[in-house]
Amino acid sequence: MPKNTKENNRIIIEGELTIYTVSELKDKLIAGLLTNEELEVDLSAVDEFDGAGLQLLIAMKQGAKALNRTLRLTGHSQAVLTLLALSGLESFFGDPLLSVQPKNEEEMA
Amino acid sequence: MTISDEYLETFVVECRELLEQMEESLLAIEQDPTNSEILNAIFRAAHTIKGSAGLFGLEFIVEFTHIAESVLDRARSGEVIINSSLAALFIEVHDHLGNLVDLVVAGSEPSDELKAFGKRITNQLQVYLGGSGAEPEVHRPVVQQAKTEITAENKADIVASECWHISLRFGIDVFRNGMDPFSFVRCLYSLGEVVELVTIIDAIPSAEDLDPESCHLGFEISFRSDAEKIAIENVFNFVRSDCVIHILPPHSKISEYQDFIRDLPEQEMRLGEILIQCGTLTQEELDDVLLIQSVLTDDEPPRPIGEVLVQQQLVSPPVVEAALKKQEQVKEHKKTEANLIRVDADKLDELINLVGELIIAGAGTNLIARNAGMTNLMESTATLSRLVEEVRDSALALRMVQIGGTFNRFQRVVRDVSKELGKDIDLVISGAETELDKTVVEKIGDPLTHLVRNSMDHGIESADVRIARGKPAKGTLKLNAYHDAGSIVIEVNDDGGGLNKAKILSKAVERGLVAEGATLSDKEIYNLIFEAGFSTADAVSNLSGRGVGMDVVRRNIQALRGRIELDSNEGQGSTVRIRLPLTLAIIDGFMVGVGNTIFVIPLDMVVECIELRAWASDGGDGQYLNLRGEVLPYRRLRDYFETNGDIVQRENVVVVRYGEHKAGLVVDKLMGEFQTVIKPLGKLFSGEKSIGGFTILGNGEVALIVDIPGLMHQIEHEKEAGITAVTSLQHQNVT
Repeated sequence: MPKNTKENNRIIIEGELTIYTVSELKDKLIAGLLTNEELEVDLSAVDEFDGAGLQLLIAMKQGAKALNRTLRLTGHSQAVLTLLALSGLESFFGDPLLSVQPKNEEEMA
Repeated sequence: MTISDEYLETFVVECRELLEQMEESLLAIEQDPTNSEILNAIFRAAHTIKGSAGLFGLEFIVEFTHIAESVLDRARSGEVIINSSLAALFIEVHDHLGNLVDLVVAGSEPSDELKAFGKRITNQLQVYLGGSGAEPEVHRPVVQQAKTEITAENKADIVASECWHISLRFGIDVFRNGMDPFSFVRCLYSLGEVVELVTIIDAIPSAEDLDPESCHLGFEISFRSDAEKIAIENVFNFVRSDCVIHILPPHSKISEYQDFIRDLPEQEMRLGEILIQCGTLTQEELDDVLLIQSVLTDDEPPRPIGEVLVQQQLVSPPVVEAALKKQEQVKEHKKTEANLIRVDADKLDELINLVGELIIAGAGTNLIARNAGMTNLMESTATLSRLVEEVRDSALALRMVQIGGTFNRFQRVVRDVSKELGKDIDLVISGAETELDKTVVEKIGDPLTHLVRNSMDHGIESADVRIARGKPAKGTLKLNAYHDAGSIVIEVNDDGGGLNKAKILSKAVERGLVAEGATLSDKEIYNLIFEAGFSTADAVSNLSGRGVGMDVVRRNIQALRGRIELDSNEGQGSTVRIRLPLTLAIIDGFMVGVGNTIFVIPLDMVVECIELRAWASDGGDGQYLNLRGEVLPYRRLRDYFETNGDIVQRENVVVVRYGEHKAGLVVDKLMGEFQTVIKPLGKLFSGEKSIGGFTILGNGEVALIVDIPGLMHQIEHEKEAGITAVTSLQHQNVT
């Protein structure tokens, strides 16, 4: 089970962001979006990421845009980065990716 | 398997519509086998039927349609040519599908006989799929094939890209079935290089509506590989059943891309995006194009992106055309979808019934206002009744359908029967947009089929006879419809041999239908074939079949308050004319008073009203009036219906017309127009031919509706009887 903590305008997703967790995470993310003008989703602790997880993030990003709010994805973990690269959707999310990567590598090291 | 009846009904209705379209297209493609539009229409119909049947789990339809669809698909890519025998086979496919849909209605499974029939068709179809149904193209070395295509064909016809194009739309349950779309992408890497991958996210619902466990993803992949098609296909084996997969080899024909664009489910996609997804353009190229377009807007009017793309030679014109067409289709589709609502016919009937009651109630109010002498109220009821009249007209218009749909069915009948008879016959349809009441349309089909078959069988001669008579070898059958004096006229015309008067007459005399030596007009002779006594087949050669069931046809038409008559020119053909009332429910009536009784005459048939004294030279006691030089037969309604009541001084004549006949009806009072809701008479009065029904007036009184065609027929009959009596008298005198 993933753990995710919410501190003010930041949601940290830990562990899986996959078909097994998307239902639960969807509710959390929507609640987060509704209560915050700007929401940061920290993905640094995501160690499994699949198509369902990606789909959820896409829907959230679009949902934020529709609500005129900002959803920022930060600290993309390697799992997230790989799949994002595969999907060709990096530009869709528009979040800076490279800047967080060293941090990732640091953690790994 | 339990399906909600409501959805199943929609499915059946849709299937029937699609089958109708399919049939039309099939008949059209026989004439024009290379027309890809028509071919696509057939394919789409088959495809949609298969898809919807799949939703309902109707496996027997899916299986059968699938094979037909595969053959059509090959025809679309030019691998199979639609010739007349394949078209004929597909007509059988169409018929079989129709039968299968009927089974769905009945809620049963196909019988062994039907299965065998289906099996026979699929076996024949397999031939077009390449022998035993294996896909031969799969085993061909694809790369080589692509190269030969480049040299052999015009380069403009193929796409320059050297990559495979793979398009995937995953089924909604892919996640739930434990699969990840991206695992297939990873698999692809083992076969070659994924040059470009675009994730299609258009189908993802909004965040609130999203069920995150449903899959709404799709991919467009440009893929460089030397693998064979089957190897690439195998990657998707696990999801094949619930995914939409398109795999286009390198250098595919532009037409294949066009078809593929058309098949894409995305709506309202911008042209640029479609092209990127197809791998025809890269993002950079598109950005460049967009830049050019925005620069141009400064001093020139903006040009469509498609035009810019072509000018920059970034895409070939046909691809742009297909993409644009897709956009248009999507829009058009939305438009028609929004404009049409399916309504239960019963609901319409109910509405019309209520409008009828409203008219009666309105008339009542009007009467009260007039009796009370309240001008204000009268004015307001006048407005009210005008509105009610409009409501009535639009309510009736709801039930009006064009007769074209019925006419088009005869394309098939004519085709089949002419093949059966070995005659070459063309069907010419005109007046297809003429509208009439739906209930009438439904009931006119059978009699019309009978007439059409008769005309083809016995009217139109065989080709050699026609040539001998100096006519074109190809026979022509015409169906025509038009409005005339409140009725609709449907004509079935053939350019065949016409009827032989002498033979009909002798036959009629033989059968005792006509007294020997009676003088009949041509028309009367021709119309004898509608008499019941003529319904035996052993009559004279060229009208043998014409007699069969013609009395049944006439009875059907009469049940619709219509009339049928026949015109013929020996050697040149004949025309059967059916005249039907436009609607069966409400008419504009003209009220007249005779004694204490009120009659309503359909206003459409009233020509004029005149005072009897002013025209009748003989004081109005004879049977004919001199109407401005025209002989007008007339009847006193008082005598005709044997009504009582005080005799008035100034009688009036209402001149009515039905078809070509005119007649005068002498009445006591002219009472003006009245909207009439026709209520049928009870069974007790079913023998009464001159009264078509009754209606309730505003004050609650009952008025009888005069059935003018029936009345005229009676008058004619009397006249004929008179003539026959006279002639037989003369006859006796002579002998």
